[in-house]
Amino acid sequence: MSLYYLQKLFYELNRSETLQVEFRANQEQVLDAFELTGEEREAVLQGNIGLLYVLGVNGQLLMHYAAFCGLAWPDYIQAMRDGITKYGQVRAGLYAMTDGKGAI
Amino acid sequence: MPLVFAGVTSHAPGITGRADQADPELKHGFRDALGHMREALEASKPDVLVVVAAEHFANFFFNNMPAYSMGMADFYDGPIEDENWLGIQRVRIPGNADLSDRMIRSIMNYTDLGYAQEWKFDHGIMVPLHFLTPDFKLPVIPVNINCQCPPLTPLHRTYEFGRALRKACDSVPERVAIVGTGGISHWPATPDSGKVNVQWDKDFLERWKNNDREALLSYSDGETYRDAGQGGFEIRTFIAISGATEGVTGDVWYYEPIPIYAVGCTVGVVNGFDE
Repeated sequence: MSLYYLQKLFYELNRSETLQVEFRANQEQVLDAFELTGEEREAVLQGNIGLLYVLGVNGQLLMHYAAFCGLAWPDYIQAMRDGITKYGQVRAGLYAMTDGKGAI
Repeated sequence: MPLVFAGVTSHAPGITGRADQADPELKHGFRDALGHMREALEASKPDVLVVVAAEHFANFFFNNMPAYSMGMADFYDGPIEDENWLGIQRVRIPGNADLSDRMIRSIMNYTDLGYAQEWKFDHGIMVPLHFLTPDFKLPVIPVNINCQCPPLTPLHRTYEFGRALRKACDSVPERVAIVGTGGISHWPATPDSGKVNVQWDKDFLERWKNNDREALLSYSDGETYRDAGQGGFEIRTFIAISGATEGVTGDVWYYEPIPIYAVGCTVGVVNGFDE
């Protein structure tokens, strides 16, 4: 688990249009600059919003990556719900303070 | 010059980004209330608007997270988010670095805070400005209170920050208005987005209206997270305004949960600054 670096990726991606262009052109190369686990790296490459949520990415960062991946708002919400169903409760970060299921 | 205006309002990105997905009556009711707030703000003839906000990893991140920070620049750009996603076009907003410098020096006599000479406004500031200073001409000084990721500043420190902010406002010759902006209960950007604890919100707003310091500061973060979601941590922005207007009551001009906006939409104004 390297949630700090995973979130740092989204923090920097959200702030930099230059990085967004680089990321669209060569995701692997951009990800090499971040200390990610294999699972985290795959989740980013697949645009697996549900798994990224379960891995603990804060929604204030994740919602922008979801939009970047082309997800409309209801699809973003559903992707997180599907992630919990498929991968279980949130493992780290702020949302791990409870059972991670909230009031779904 | 004594403080000329103080109020609170919501800032959820859905307010502009998903504007037309809400019940039209609710959408217009909220916007009407924001319009009245804008009129009251304008009537106070402010030279500058201090926005006490809770930003969302736009400028401050886990590598170096200040509990409190204040802008000290002559301009700010926003929104940092995608313009179409937020429904607000990118714009340059004037600041006032000299005034920021003087206010920060005043505040530092009473509490510590960071300062920032570059600051990209996210929805936490852009959404309120979109309604309150729609031409984006009034100079703005941003304040951020970390409400996103624990450890968070204790509520009693937030109230003290508000007191220090008030002293700074009163110490400068400029006419300063302040607006706090945050959610009350909400679970934004999570699977629970759209959920609002109306009873909790109304109870909080009662405490805010009465500027009941003891009641405002009685929440633990655990209770807030349980009852009001992670977005509830943003009550700090409202409490800072209470600290800045200690002993003065306010009125809630609008409160309605608008689920597609992911928050109970609120407009509140502190009394006594329009005389």
